[in-house]
Parts: sequence; C-alpha cells; structure tokens
Amino acid sequence: MKQIVTIGGGIAGIEASTTLAQMGYDVTIIEKDKNTGGKMNEWNVLFPNERPATEITDYLYKKINNSNLHILTGTTISKATRKPNGSYSLLTDKNEKLHADTILISTGFEPFDATKKEEYGYSIYENVITSVDLENMLRKGQPILTSKGKKPKRIAFIHCVGSRDAKCGNKYCSRVCCVTGIKQAIECSRQLPDSEMFCFYLDIRMFGLEWEKLYQSAQEEYNVQFIRGRMSEACENQDESLIIKAEDTLSGLPLKMKVDLIVLLVGITPGKGTKDMASMFSLEREENGFLHIDDPHFGKNYSSKKGVFITGTCVGPMTVDETLENARSAAVEIDNYLTKIK
Amino acid sequence: MVSFGFELLDSKRIDYNKSDGRLLNEILEKEPSFKRCISCGGCTATCTAGSLTNFNIRKINLMLRHGQTEGLEKEISKCMLCGKCFLVCPRDINLRNVIMLIKKGVLKYNTEKKKI
Repeated sequence: MKQIVTIGGGIAGIEASTTLAQMGYDVTIIEKDKNTGGKMNEWNVLFPNERPATEITDYLYKKINNSNLHILTGTTISKATRKPNGSYSLLTDKNEKLHADTILISTGFEPFDATKKEEYGYSIYENVITSVDLENMLRKGQPILTSKGKKPKRIAFIHCVGSRDAKCGNKYCSRVCCVTGIKQAIECSRQLPDSEMFCFYLDIRMFGLEWEKLYQSAQEEYNVQFIRGRMSEACENQDESLIIKAEDTLSGLPLKMKVDLIVLLVGITPGKGTKDMASMFSLEREENGFLHIDDPHFGKNYSSKKGVFITGTCVGPMTVDETLENARSAAVEIDNYLTKIK
Repeated sequence: MVSFGFELLDSKRIDYNKSDGRLLNEILEKEPSFKRCISCGGCTATCTAGSLTNFNIRKINLMLRHGQTEGLEKEISKCMLCGKCFLVCPRDINLRNVIMLIKKGVLKYNTEKKKI
C-alpha cells in the first residue's frame, strides 16, 4: 500500500487526506498543534451564508474514522531525506520514522501581524482589534464592548490591513477580507442595532456569486456605510475613543472620524510552518512568500519539487470552499502520480 | 454647432483633448513609481499641509493625468516636503520627488503662462 504523509492538519490537509484514505492509500497527518482543524477552530460563522464553522469541522471529522488514516498531533517533522525515486524517509520530533511515497504540504497561513502597521495602533490602543479578535469574541458569545465595557456607538472596519501594501511587503490582495469585513459589520449591526458601522475600503472585492447580495444587504438592511479611502493613522482620545484620519477620496476631502472601536481586517500571510517546510523540502517560494506552484492552470497542486504536492493557503489566499476544492484536486493529482510511478 | 447662449465652464469638466501631457510624461519617466497610484488617499489623509490648507496631493496626480497643469505651481507651493505621504503610501510612490519634479517642470514647460 502506497504511503502518503500530509504535513498540516487544517481543513485542506484533512479533506485531502480523508479523500486519499477513502481511495485506499495509507495516509498519516502530521499536525503541530494539539488539535486538528487549524484556523477553522477560531472562526465563528463563515461567509457568505453565516454557516457555523463547527459544521465544517464536524463534516471533516466524520470522515476521519478510516483505518487507512493516522493522525499525529503535537508533532513536527525534524528531518526529511529524499531518496532517488522521489520518496522520503521522515523523522518526527518524537523520533518516529515514517516512509512517504509522496508528501502533501498543507501548512496553511497566518493572519497578518497587525502590530507591524504601528500607525494603526494595534496592541497600543485597547480599542483597536483585528478581524480575528472579533471572530473569537463572536465565537465565544462575548458581547462586543469597548475597553471601558461600554457598547460601541460607532465601529470602523479597515480593509486591506497587511494586503495590497508595499510598506509591509504584502503586495497581493488577500481576497477574503472584504467579505469577512462586511459579514462582521452585519453581525455587529445585528448585535448593536443603534450603532453605526463604517467600512473604509480601497476597492470592495466581492467576487463570489452570492457576495454582492451580502454587500447590498449590508447597505439596505444593516445600514453599513462605505467610505472610499485608506486610513492613514489612528490616535486615541483621553476617553479611549479613537480618531481616524483618512481621505474621503470620492469627495476629495480629508476626513476625521471619532469611533469607539476599530476592527482591522487583517490579510492572509504564509505562516512560519509554510516557510519551514519550504526550506526542509527545498521548495521554491514566490516573492510574496507563498509556495511556488508549477503551473497556474494545470499544476496548482504541484510544487517545484517532483513528488511533493501542495494544497490550501500555503499556496495563496483562498476561501474555505476553494480550500476544500483545492484539497480534493490534490487528492486526484496524488492518485495520478502514485498510479504512474508504481 | 448651435449656440444655446451658454457654455460649459472649462473648470467644471475634464477635456482630455485639450490636455498638456508633457509634464506628466516627464514625471513618469523620471519617477516611474508615480504610475502605480491607486488613489487610496492615504497621502492626503496624513498630509501636514493638507491639515492647514486645501492642499490635496492625490488630486495633483489626477490634475496631471487630466492635463490640467494650470494652477499647479500655486498648488504645490503649499507642500512642506515633509515626506509623510511617502511613508504611508501602500504603493511606495516617492511623492516628494514628484513634487520636486513638478516644481522644475512648471518652469521648464512654462505651464503657467502659455496655454496649449
């Protein structure tokens, strides 16, 4: 039986691995954290239909019960040796030896570290939070409150934090922040119907089929307001409210706005795990840090090294549904590859 | 053309056919980063001169692109060359150099006196 080792037990890794296990391959998932599921464990509800994130993990965990599938949590790879036929012998940090006819890298992403945009005041001002912080608050059922425990009267959502920004080295669009921001603005508006929600955007990129509807519903049903301009800085008042400086570019005038809470819509960046695995398996990375794909049309799951496959957000920003699709396509590519090498 | 007894004011519309592209072309050649502007307005929001006057550096880009060079000299004289716009620009445009090039260009092309 051919053996596959998947590195990273997030949704991409599990979807690809369970699919391969169903095909009859022997698959081992290596996950560095205590639990599998990755970032999905941190989300509350998903765009565009507000599906609880637990439905995704439940769907994946149902498929885990397969005798072909083994999961090693709290484990990392410490050594990888490539054999002439392209297979690998791996050593884990717990001194376990593993043989892999092929490797699947699904190490995922890290949210952009908002402290790098110091002018936005994250971790300096208490009322500046990220979309990840807000998602965690919503997931835990915590009420949305300011640092002083009051209901925020006005919340600003700042688009493109750590995306499309040469100053932090991330020139690409993270694709999911626009829709996440609008989804979160709707959730906040529902919880705080008397409060105002403002989105500061450069372009609203609602490319999904149902997403424009969400955008329109934010305008019509939830009175979310949209200002086209990039926040240049935020500073704090004595009462811990914040002042945003931006330009309302559509009227061509500088704008100042007092808000009680700022939500930074942080982008997707290649995580440490992705960088580590790239160097361990000598995989090429793009200028943006994500793993190099062999061909944008025909080889999205192929890395620069034969026999090492890649899937999920270690390749670039993806939505949850795109990630699951990409993982299933990785399973097909690996099946093709292993059938050929014999 | 039939005259209805009134005319559109030039300042109220953009006429690309009358535009003077010389200054823009020279700036784009000497400071190619200026091509990358996405009009996010970060520069204007942080502008020191913009908080004291009606100076809007983002609009300078638009004026140049529309070929509206008249009045540019007075406009850029408001800039203090502090460079904060360059610090916040997500497209890494060297706006201070753009201002310096406009200063030289308005003299070179005599844009304030001679209308093209």
